[in-house]
Amino acid sequence: MPETERPEALRGSGGRPPEDGRIAATGAGGAMDLAASEATTLERAPGAPGGPGLTGGGPSGKPRSLWSDAWHDLRRNPVFVISGLVIAFLVLIALWPSLIASGNPLSCDLAKAQEGSQPGHPFGFDGQGCDVYTRTVYGARTSVTVGVCATLGVALLGSVLGGLAGFFGGAWDAILSRVTDIFFAIPVVLGGLVLLSVVTSSTVWPVVGFMVLLGWPQISRIARGAVITAKQHDYVQAARALGASSTRILLRHITPNAIAPVIVVATIALGTFIALEATLSYLGVGLKPPTVSWGIDISAASPYIRNAPHMLLWPAGALAITVLAFIMLGDAVRDALDPKLR
Amino acid sequence: MLLEVRDLHVEFTTRDGVAKAVNGVDLHVDEGETLAVLGESGSGKSVTAQAVMGILDIPPARITGGEVLFQGRDQLLLKEDERRKVRGAGMAMIFQDALSSLNPVLSVGDQLGEMFRVHQGLSRKDARAKAVELMERVRIPAAKERVGQYPHQFSGGMRQRIMIAMALALEPALIIADEPTTALDVTVQAQVMDLLADLQREYHMGLVLITHDLGVVADVADRIAVMYAGRIVESAPVHDIYKAPAHPYTKGLLESIPRLDRKGQDLYAIKGLPPNLMNIPPGCAFHPRCPMAQDVCRTDVPDLFEVSEERRSACFYWRETLHG
Repeated sequence: MPETERPEALRGSGGRPPEDGRIAATGAGGAMDLAASEATTLERAPGAPGGPGLTGGGPSGKPRSLWSDAWHDLRRNPVFVISGLVIAFLVLIALWPSLIASGNPLSCDLAKAQEGSQPGHPFGFDGQGCDVYTRTVYGARTSVTVGVCATLGVALLGSVLGGLAGFFGGAWDAILSRVTDIFFAIPVVLGGLVLLSVVTSSTVWPVVGFMVLLGWPQISRIARGAVITAKQHDYVQAARALGASSTRILLRHITPNAIAPVIVVATIALGTFIALEATLSYLGVGLKPPTVSWGIDISAASPYIRNAPHMLLWPAGALAITVLAFIMLGDAVRDALDPKLR
Repeated sequence: MLLEVRDLHVEFTTRDGVAKAVNGVDLHVDEGETLAVLGESGSGKSVTAQAVMGILDIPPARITGGEVLFQGRDQLLLKEDERRKVRGAGMAMIFQDALSSLNPVLSVGDQLGEMFRVHQGLSRKDARAKAVELMERVRIPAAKERVGQYPHQFSGGMRQRIMIAMALALEPALIIADEPTTALDVTVQAQVMDLLADLQREYHMGLVLITHDLGVVADVADRIAVMYAGRIVESAPVHDIYKAPAHPYTKGLLESIPRLDRKGQDLYAIKGLPPNLMNIPPGCAFHPRCPMAQDVCRTDVPDLFEVSEERRSACFYWRETLHG
């Protein structure tokens, strides 16, 4: 297993010293590892909300919860504002790409293949003579769809399975923990090459399904750890002593106190899923033409990088900015939700 | 009789072996009565309380014997679902640290109101009104304005009042208070104890007060049960015990209270350490620390001898202790 590169240097936030017992790298190289190492940090110190750090309002002030406090912090954090704006823009063009790109990403003119920037076509043309600007804009839709769907699937499946395992413990917990170990041992890219090479569908769903399949154990571990921490708090025992049922304790007392680390890791994972989609598409096992995807475009452009670098750089730049934006967002959210970092 | 615990045994299975936390506790509480359970850390007070409430973590804990009769029904034989209905409505518990016993992400109004919503199915609005009423009853000023605030916005004493309000919400017949004032400073301690005593009188509840603070006990308790190594070693009406203890351990405890009239003298301390619960000494568990220990104490476990109708002592030499 390759060792995970710590993301602290990227964040520039100092961070904590490396800790033992980190999650093994998922084998995807950089992409999943970033979220995985973030996961380790969170698993070791789940963002358990604590009252003492939050005495903002004072007895006569307006009541402030952990969430409103976090929101208050986030709004003043430039990292959050910038990444939030980038993401809002991405979502906007993913929903309505025609707002800023009037052309059709699939209408190409071979005569203009590999031509550079010219009026009306600021990013130039790719090897098939398609407009790179239009394709880059339309590529956002695929990336955001894959990222959001995979993250939702992973977060739901992982937190339900992990949360129940952490809460009830026992045999179910032991089985689940071993199953997550098995999934952690599957190298993501290799798994993708094997599993996705047999898929012929050209929609995003096989790719999303594959990411959920390999991604849930990570969230499941975080959720399990967070629930175990929350479960040990006195207020859970107090709720039990006052006659609350297990369902009620889990939903009302544990979930709100255990969800913060899941949100953080899921946000960061979103960026890595987008990168993973590009990786798989680049390798030819992810999305397939005519789907418009940055990964496909990067793959098609890479042989011509010396002749026509613009074909590669624009989609690659868009991909890098998108992934960075989600990771920065996750980072800002983590800082806001973890009172220990205040 | 409201609550009667008979010969309760609780063990904890740990990696290092089996810790016998409770070894045959007998106690009883009547309606409107306050029983103080007194003992050092690790004497099994809290475990007994948790076993009575049914909130022990099983495993690692295991109830290996005994009965917990609450209003005539053995709680240990009930199904978990039935026990849950007793908790909150029949008996409720007040915890030591109110800050960590309140959920930080829910407002106190939500947490108080939850009691009514779960057990009585009230609407959100009615539950909120009840929450305000409860907060007024535990004398929290400006209850209407503060009902939407979060636990961290209250002071320690106020938080403990909220805990008391939660325990009182459904007017249970029995309240178990596990060191309710330990985390508070002395003046607030007195206020909270007064409040608890007033409310107990008002509702005519049974109160089990778990504490290691002899000062708190003297003011509010009717009877005292002293625990050592998971057993009740002495139980007696509060005045009798302060006048003349019938067990050397109780005597040691009372003598180790700092007293103004003995200023300048060395403070008495019971020598030795509480026993390791994995390895409780044979015979009387207190014998290695007891100034009166004889050979019989090292081999035979003393019964709970009847000193008087109201009084019990688990010491072979209770007569000598009582009179000398």
